[in-house]
Amino acid sequence: MEMPQPNAEILSKKAKVAAALRAVLPYDAVIDDPSETRAYECDALTAYRCPPMIAVLPATTQEVSDVLKICHREGVPVVPRGSGTSLAGGALPTADCVILGVAKMNKVLETDYDNRLIRVQSGRTNLSVSGAVEEEDFFYAPDPSSQLACAIAGNIAMNSGGAHCLKYGVTTNNLMGVTLVMMDGEIIEVGGGYLDAPGLDILGVICGSEGQLGVVTEATLRILPKPEGARPVMIAFDSNEVAGACVADIIKAGVLPVAIEFMDRPIIEICENFAKAGYPDCEALLIVEVEGSEAEIQDQLDRISRIAKKHNPVELRQSQSAAESAAIWLGRKSAFGAVGQVADYMCLDGTIPVSALPEVLRRIKELSDQYGLRVGNVFHAGDGNMHPLIMFNANKEGDLELCESMGADVLRLCVEVGGCLTGEHGVGIEKRDLMETQYSAEDLEIQMAVKDVFDPGWLLNPSKVFPLSVSQSRRAS
Amino acid sequence: MSDMLYPADEAALSDMLREAAGPLRIMGGGTRPIGRIAPAQALSTRRMQGITLYEPGAMTLVAKTGTSIEEIEAVLAAEKQRLAFEPMDHRAILGTSGQPTLGGVIAANVSGPRRIQVGAARDFALGVTFVDGTGQVLSNGGRVMKNVTGYDLVKLMSGSWGTLGVLTEVALKVLPVSETQTTLKVHVTTWADAVASMSAALGTPFDVSGAATVQAKNGGFDSLIRIEGFETSVQYRASELTQCLAKFGAVDAVVDPWAEVKDLTAWADLDTVWRISVRPTDSLSVLELMQNLQQDRGFHCQLDWGGGLIWLGLEAAQMSDVQAGLALHQTLQRHVAQLRGHATLMTSGLLRDQDLCHFQPPERAIERVSQSLRKTFDPRGILNPERMS
Repeated sequence: MEMPQPNAEILSKKAKVAAALRAVLPYDAVIDDPSETRAYECDALTAYRCPPMIAVLPATTQEVSDVLKICHREGVPVVPRGSGTSLAGGALPTADCVILGVAKMNKVLETDYDNRLIRVQSGRTNLSVSGAVEEEDFFYAPDPSSQLACAIAGNIAMNSGGAHCLKYGVTTNNLMGVTLVMMDGEIIEVGGGYLDAPGLDILGVICGSEGQLGVVTEATLRILPKPEGARPVMIAFDSNEVAGACVADIIKAGVLPVAIEFMDRPIIEICENFAKAGYPDCEALLIVEVEGSEAEIQDQLDRISRIAKKHNPVELRQSQSAAESAAIWLGRKSAFGAVGQVADYMCLDGTIPVSALPEVLRRIKELSDQYGLRVGNVFHAGDGNMHPLIMFNANKEGDLELCESMGADVLRLCVEVGGCLTGEHGVGIEKRDLMETQYSAEDLEIQMAVKDVFDPGWLLNPSKVFPLSVSQSRRAS
Repeated sequence: MSDMLYPADEAALSDMLREAAGPLRIMGGGTRPIGRIAPAQALSTRRMQGITLYEPGAMTLVAKTGTSIEEIEAVLAAEKQRLAFEPMDHRAILGTSGQPTLGGVIAANVSGPRRIQVGAARDFALGVTFVDGTGQVLSNGGRVMKNVTGYDLVKLMSGSWGTLGVLTEVALKVLPVSETQTTLKVHVTTWADAVASMSAALGTPFDVSGAATVQAKNGGFDSLIRIEGFETSVQYRASELTQCLAKFGAVDAVVDPWAEVKDLTAWADLDTVWRISVRPTDSLSVLELMQNLQQDRGFHCQLDWGGGLIWLGLEAAQMSDVQAGLALHQTLQRHVAQLRGHATLMTSGLLRDQDLCHFQPPERAIERVSQSLRKTFDPRGILNPERMS
C-alpha cells in the first residue's frame, strides 16, 4: 500500500507547529516526542504503520477549532482519530501530519428520554453511550463488534454498522445532528433534536465521509427503549446454498429478525476448536436472533423454525434460556479472536445482494484454492454484508501481498455481482485503490468536488478514500 | 413557456440539460409544488418509467424515477412488501392532481407516520443515478443494504428538491407488510397530555410504529398509537400499552386512521398549511405561540412523529389579511429557529404571490455550504433555481 511522500517543508517546521499548538492546548495535550507519537502509528489495520509528526488531544470543541486553525494556516495535514479501531486504515497517519485524537472528549452532554435522544462528545465509546442510558432501559442501536473500544467519532466517520442493523439500521439512520469543526476552524451545527428538516442533507454526507470533511466533536444520537428480551435459534445446514435459500425465505415470510449471522465450515471448525460452543459438524450455520416478550420471541422462533425445517437442516436448536443463548453466540462472538489464534488474517466487508450469496461463496472458495490461502466466512447474512477472513502468515515473505491480492479479487467479485467494496468498515487506505472498480471517473470526481467544498486545501485525512493518482492534483495544490 | 420537456432516458435528459439555455423547473408528477416556483421551462421525469429490478428475498427494488408510487406499491403488495416509510400523498392539501412519482418522493424526502419507527425516505434509498446541471450522468450508492464505499451522495440527493441533479433511477430497500395492525386512541384534554402520552408510548419497548394526535370532533384531542406485527404480538403489546396509557385518559382501539393522518385528507379545504419539525416536546411551545397569535380565530393542528412533526392549518377566514398572514409566517419561522427547528410554508392561497421564505432560512454557515454544493453540482444554476429559498 503506497502512501504519499511526506512534505519536507512541513517536517522542517515541526517545532514551530508544536509551539503554536502548545499555545492553545494544555502542555501534555501536544505530543511531539517520537517515542510517544509512536502510540499513534497505526489503527487496527496493523500491517501499516507510520508515526505522525505530532499528535494532539483537545478536550473541547473550541480547542479542536484552535488546532485546526493553526494547521490550516501552516498547511499541515490533519488525520482525525477516534479510538483507532479502524480496520481500513482510516486513522493511519502520514509522517507529516497532525493526529487529532478526540479520546479526551467523552462527556455526555444531555440525555432526553422524552424525546429519545442523547448528546455526547464524539470521543465517547459506542458501548458507553448505551451505558449512559441503561438505567432508564434505553440503548444506542448501532453495535459494531469493536463497540467496547470504538468511538462515536469513528462510527460517524465510517458510518459503522453491526450485527443488529438488519432491524435498527447503521449509524447514519441513528444520527440526528453533529457539531462539526471545519478545516479552517469554523464551528457549525448540523441537524439536531428534530427529524428531517428541509434543506440539503449535509448531515447525511458528513456521516461516512471518513473524517475528510470536518472533525465531528459532538453528536446527537437517537436512543431506543430496550426490547424486553432476545433469544436466538441456531440452524445447521449441509450446504451454503441451502442456508442462503433459508435466509431469503425467512425475509420473504415477513419475519424481521434483529440479526441473521452466517458461518461457513472453516469458521465453524476454528470457532468450535477455540470456544467449544458445541456447534454441530456441518457446512453452514445460521444464528437468527429475535426480540420481544417471551411469548413474542417463542412465536417468532417457531415461525423461523418452520421455515428452516422445509430446508432439511442438519440440526436446529432454539435457545430456551440465557445460558443457551450465550452458548450459541459464544462461537460467533469469538470468531475473529479464534481465527487470530490459528493465523494472521485480513477481514474484508464487501456487501452483496442476498440473492448472490451462494455464487459468491462458491467463487470465494475457488479463489481460495487458486491462491492457496484459507478463507473463512462469517457475516451478517440478512443484509448481505460479507466478512471473508483470508488467512495468511505475516512472517512469510510475500504472503501479505498475496493475501491483499486475493482480497482485491474478492472485492471485485462483490462489485461484479451488484454489491460494493465495503459495507461497514470504510474505504480508508485498504480499499482506496479499488474505488475505480465501483465508480466511474466522473462518480469519483463529484465526490472529490464535495470535499473541495468543505476542505478546499485537502488537508483533512487527504490520502484516504480516493486512489492517490486520482486525488494527486488536489492534494498537491 | 414552451411545452413540457419529457426526456425518455438518461441520454436524452443529459442532452437537454447540456443544451438548456435557461432555468428548468424539474418535476415528476407535479403533485408537490412546494417552495418558490420561479418561471422556467418545465421538465418532467414522467416518461422515464419502469421497475428495473425487484428481489423480494433481498428486500430490494430498483425503478426509474418517473414510475408512479401507485405502481410501485401495487408490485410490492403482490409480494406482501411495502415502502415502509409510507410516503405522504400531498395532493389533498396542495390541491394538485397527477401521480406522485418515485423521483418526487426521494427528491423531497417524503415520509409518513412510520418515519419515527423505521426512518425516512432517505434512509430507504440505497442508490441513485442522476444527471447533474452540466449533463453528466452520475451514480452513487448501489442496491445493497449496507454500503459505505465513498461519500453518501444518496442522502445528499434525497431531499435536494431537484436542485443538485435530476434523479433518473433509485434503488430502494423495502420491508414486509405487517400481518396486522392495531391503533389505540387515547382521549386527552390538553396538547401537553397528548405529547406526554405519545412520549410515554414511544418510550416503551412495544415498538410503536405511529404516534400522532388529532383534534377530536367533540373537543379535546385524540392521541393515536399504532402497533404492527404478528397477531399474537400485536394483541400482547396493545394490552400492555393500554395499561401504560390509561393514566392519560380513556383508551380504545379504533379503525385504522392512518391514511387520513398521513395525507391530511381532511385539510383539503384549508387555505394555508405549515409543516414544522422540532424536538417533540418543543411542539408545545409552538402551539402556545399559535394560541396567543390566533386567539379566538383558532387554527387547525395535527401532531405526528410523537409531536416532532407539527402540521398547522388555517382556513381563509382565520387570517385577516395578507400583512397579518406574512407577519404570522415570519413569527412562526423566528420562533421555530429559536427552538432549532424548521418551519415550511407548504401552501397558502392568501400568501401565494408574496415574496417570502417558504423553507426555514438556514443558518449562515449551512447556507454557505449548501450554496457551494449547489454550485458544484449545477454551476450554471439552472436546476430549480431558488426552489429551496
